[in-house]
Amino acid sequence: MFSPDELTALWLSAKVAFWATLLCLPPGIALSWWLARRDSRGKLALEVLVQLPMVLPPVVPGYLLLLLLGNQGLIGRWLNEQFGISIAFTWKGAVLASAVMAFPLMVQPVRLAFAMIDRRLEQAATTLGAPPWRVFLSITLPLALPGIIAGLVLCFSRSLGEFGATMAFVGSIPGETRTIPLAIYGYTHMPGGEVAAQRLTLLSIALASIALAAAHIISRRAERLLGYKPHAEH
Amino acid sequence: MLSIDLDFRRGAFRLQAQAEIGAGVTGVCGPSGSGKSTLLALLAGLLKPQSGTIRFDGDLLSGNGRFVPAWERHFGLVFQEGQLFPHLSVRDNLLYGYKRLEPAQRRFELQPVLDLLEIGPLVTRRPAQLSGGERQRVALGRALLYSPRLLLLDEPLSSLDERLKQQILPFLRRVKEETRLPMLYVTHATAEVDYLADRVMQMEAGRLREPAVA
Repeated sequence: MFSPDELTALWLSAKVAFWATLLCLPPGIALSWWLARRDSRGKLALEVLVQLPMVLPPVVPGYLLLLLLGNQGLIGRWLNEQFGISIAFTWKGAVLASAVMAFPLMVQPVRLAFAMIDRRLEQAATTLGAPPWRVFLSITLPLALPGIIAGLVLCFSRSLGEFGATMAFVGSIPGETRTIPLAIYGYTHMPGGEVAAQRLTLLSIALASIALAAAHIISRRAERLLGYKPHAEH
Repeated sequence: MLSIDLDFRRGAFRLQAQAEIGAGVTGVCGPSGSGKSTLLALLAGLLKPQSGTIRFDGDLLSGNGRFVPAWERHFGLVFQEGQLFPHLSVRDNLLYGYKRLEPAQRRFELQPVLDLLEIGPLVTRRPAQLSGGERQRVALGRALLYSPRLLLLDEPLSSLDERLKQQILPFLRRVKEETRLPMLYVTHATAEVDYLADRVMQMEAGRLREPAVA
C-alpha cells in the first residue's frame, strides 16, 4: 500500500512526535503550574514568549534555531567543538523544532486544568499532614490529569504536522528529517509524485483524526475516574 | 491548652484575638464576614499572622520569628463543604491523613470511626456518589483518623438543610463524648453551639471576645 520511502517518513514522523512530546512534558507541567498559580511581574513576558511560536510564521522559530544551534550557530558551534554534538540537519533537530512549535499547545490545556482545581482541596491535604510536594503529587497532579492528557495529544498531533520550522532548521533529508509533511511537499514537486502525495495526505488526516478522537475518549475516561460529574452535552 | 494573641491584616480587614482555649468544645459565633473562618485558617497554619503568637500546650506554633507550617501542626480542619478528594474513594479519603502518621501516633483506627459515623457501607464509593450529609460525615471521619491534637470545624453544617443538620449534630456530639478531642467549632448558628459547646466566644468585626458562660 505504501512505498518504503513513505513508510520511512511515517516511522520518522512518529519517532519525532514521540520525542518532541516527551521533551515538552516536564517543562510544560512546570511552566503551566507556575502560570496558573503565581502572580509575578515576569508573567506577561513569559506568556508572550511561550505563545509566540503559535502566531509567528513557523519559518521564523526554525531560522532562529538554526542561528543558535546550527553548526555555525552561537551554541551549535560550541556543542560541536566541545562534545562533537550536531543538532542541525539531524532527526534530533526535527524533534527540537517540533517541540518548540508544539509547546504552547501543551501549556494551554494543562494550565487551565491547574487553574480549575479548587485550592481548598490542596489546603485540606495540607491540614492532613501532607507537605507541599506531596500535595502536588497526590492531589494537584492527578486532578489535572485530563488536561495533561489533552495537552499531550495536542502536542503530539502538532508535532506530526510540523513543517515550517523543521524545513528551516533541519531541511528535508530522507530517513533523517523528512517527516510526512515534508515528504508530501517533496512529492508535490516531483513529476509523478501526486499519487504518493495524496496517499500521505489521507494518512495525515487519518492520523490526526485518530489522535483527536483518542484524546477525547481518554480524557473523558480520566474525568470519570477522577469523579467529575459527567456533562450533559457529550 | 491553646493560647492565642494574634493580629492579622488583609486589605481593610483586621483580625485581633486574644484568648485561652481549653479542653472540650469551644464555640465561636458571629455573623458572616466577622473573621471566623480567617481565625481558623490562622490557627490551622493556612494563613500567617503579621504579629502575635499562637501556642499549643506550650508549643510555639507562630510568632517570634517562628512559623510551623500547616502540615506540621497536627490540627484537623473540617471545611464547610467537606472538601473530599474527588479522585479518591471514600476509604482513601478517610486514610489520607492516617497514612501519614507513625503507628504510635494513631489514636483512632478505621473500623471504630466507620462505626461511630455510620459510614461503613460507603467506603468503596466516590465522593461524587455521596449525599451532602454523608460527605460531611466522611470529612469528619477523615479529620478524626488523622488523630489531631485539636479539631477545627469551619461551619461544617452550613451547606446542609435543616433536616440533615439535625441528623449530623448527634454524630458531632458522639465524637465529642467518645473522643474527648478539644474542638473549636465556628458557626453563625447559635443553636448548633448551644447543643455542642461547653463555652461560647463571640467574633465581631474581626475581634474575638472572651468566653461567656454557656
